[in-house]
Amino acid sequence: MLLSSLLRTIPISLEQGLAYGLVAIGIVITFRILAFPDLTVDGSFPLGAAVVARLIMEGVPPIYGILMAIIIGFLAGCCTGLLNTKLKINSLLAGILMMTMLYSINLRIMGRSNIQLLTVQTLLTPLENLDVNRFIPIIAFFFVVTLCIKFLTDMFLHTQLGFAMRATGDNEQMIRTLGVDTDNMTVLGLGISNAFVALSGALVAQDQGFSDVGMGIGMIVAGLASIIIGEALFGKKTVRRMTMAAVVGSIIYKFIISAGLRMGLAPTDLKMATGVMVILALGIPALKKGKEGKLHLRGV
Amino acid sequence: MVKLEGIRKIFAKGTIDEKVAIDRISLHIKKGDFVTIIGSNGAGKSTLLNLTSGTFFPDEGEVFISGSRVTQLAEHRRSKYLGRIFQNPLTGTASSMTIEENLAMADLRGQTRGLRWGVAKARREHYREILKMLELGLENRLKDTVSLLSGGQRQSLTLLMVTLSLPKLLLLDEHTAALDPKTAQKVMDLTQKIVEENNLTTVMVTHNMPQAIQYGNRMIMLHEGKVQFDIHGEEKKALTVEEVVRRFGAELKDEALLV
Repeated sequence: MLLSSLLRTIPISLEQGLAYGLVAIGIVITFRILAFPDLTVDGSFPLGAAVVARLIMEGVPPIYGILMAIIIGFLAGCCTGLLNTKLKINSLLAGILMMTMLYSINLRIMGRSNIQLLTVQTLLTPLENLDVNRFIPIIAFFFVVTLCIKFLTDMFLHTQLGFAMRATGDNEQMIRTLGVDTDNMTVLGLGISNAFVALSGALVAQDQGFSDVGMGIGMIVAGLASIIIGEALFGKKTVRRMTMAAVVGSIIYKFIISAGLRMGLAPTDLKMATGVMVILALGIPALKKGKEGKLHLRGV
Repeated sequence: MVKLEGIRKIFAKGTIDEKVAIDRISLHIKKGDFVTIIGSNGAGKSTLLNLTSGTFFPDEGEVFISGSRVTQLAEHRRSKYLGRIFQNPLTGTASSMTIEENLAMADLRGQTRGLRWGVAKARREHYREILKMLELGLENRLKDTVSLLSGGQRQSLTLLMVTLSLPKLLLLDEHTAALDPKTAQKVMDLTQKIVEENNLTTVMVTHNMPQAIQYGNRMIMLHEGKVQFDIHGEEKKALTVEEVVRRFGAELKDEALLV
């Protein structure tokens, strides 16, 4: 009884886990690769949703709306990077500032606090109208998109530019003496990260049939929880493992959440549960070893 | 090659902690010189290197490298001229990246980085060749992350990374001070070999008098931001610790230098 109930949550966990996996990949780039604690994510996720929803309502083809969401998400990330590198604002505060300002921007973009997309043509509408179980094409779609982004990220991080970005997070002093402008690397990395997050927001809005200004709340913490779960399985020795950990971790996280909901966890307590999960994961090693946990961060 | 003209650097200017770290030093280092700089704590040794490398800028004076004025040039823009190795073995390499990835990054010192693969296949064989020179077996560990290496291995790798791009000026900032004596000697031998083979212009800061005397063709002693003495040529070759003590003993305030 319990088992079959859990099994029934697998399709939805896959669908959402893959869709939100893009956010986790974005967070890997900032928190893990750049060692930059970027909190823009809570704002750039609904930003992607807002842009795509507004453009679809304006009659723009969904695919262009998605491209626009990616570009604007990239710019939002760059802004956080510029606040930190050029105006020397603490990295956490820079993210909080952008996240806060994006709230107003998202309301401006949408013109109201939410837009429903159930009755209009989205990128996913043709898939949903196929003559099969809705989950099959949708999960296949998110599987392809998320894995593409994962492999693109892996490839990028093994290019000359990608090396420079990884070294910026690892040893800023060293890569600067090798002639890399680490400020530019930070700005670029934050841009790419938030582009992925905005893409995720744009796709999730179409998947769930609405865009809401509050849909980004707690996104960072959920993403971090996903990464921590994934890293418990895959470790974080190589870039490929880290991005794989993000995707698989995101699926497992969604599974835990939907299983929890089925077993009576109130939806309102979700963020509490997620937060506790992250605190335990970060805190237990610290208590055990008596030293700092798993996150090494710059500029905090 | 490297010219410092009337360099002055004051820290915490205008406060009660004001400290003149470098007090109007002028130096001319010729191509192919191997200069050792010695001095006690706070003498201004590292500050002098930092001013040369652009970590910060002088309050007065000018810095020239290879005839170009670089006084206010940002650190990453000077990188094509400079290679620098620090005391802490962790600072020269990116620990989460592999040995070959680190070498590949050094290979591109001062060049524009694009979307080509970070490790060029054609270079991998070359990396293996030069790693053999270290005699540490690293040539078989190209894909190991650097965090797995010991301090001495990391410092040796850092030296190799410097030689990949043959900088106009090599700055060594007490680069053996954090190693155990045996490893320090190995790294120093390797340094000597690399500097000689490539005829690198080198400035080495050290705390260790015998080391400053043994290596290089010129020795400069700093004290309170000023050049206390500057010995080169035949005189430097014949120099011994006893000689330094006899001539400058009265001025050698820091006994630790003689160890």
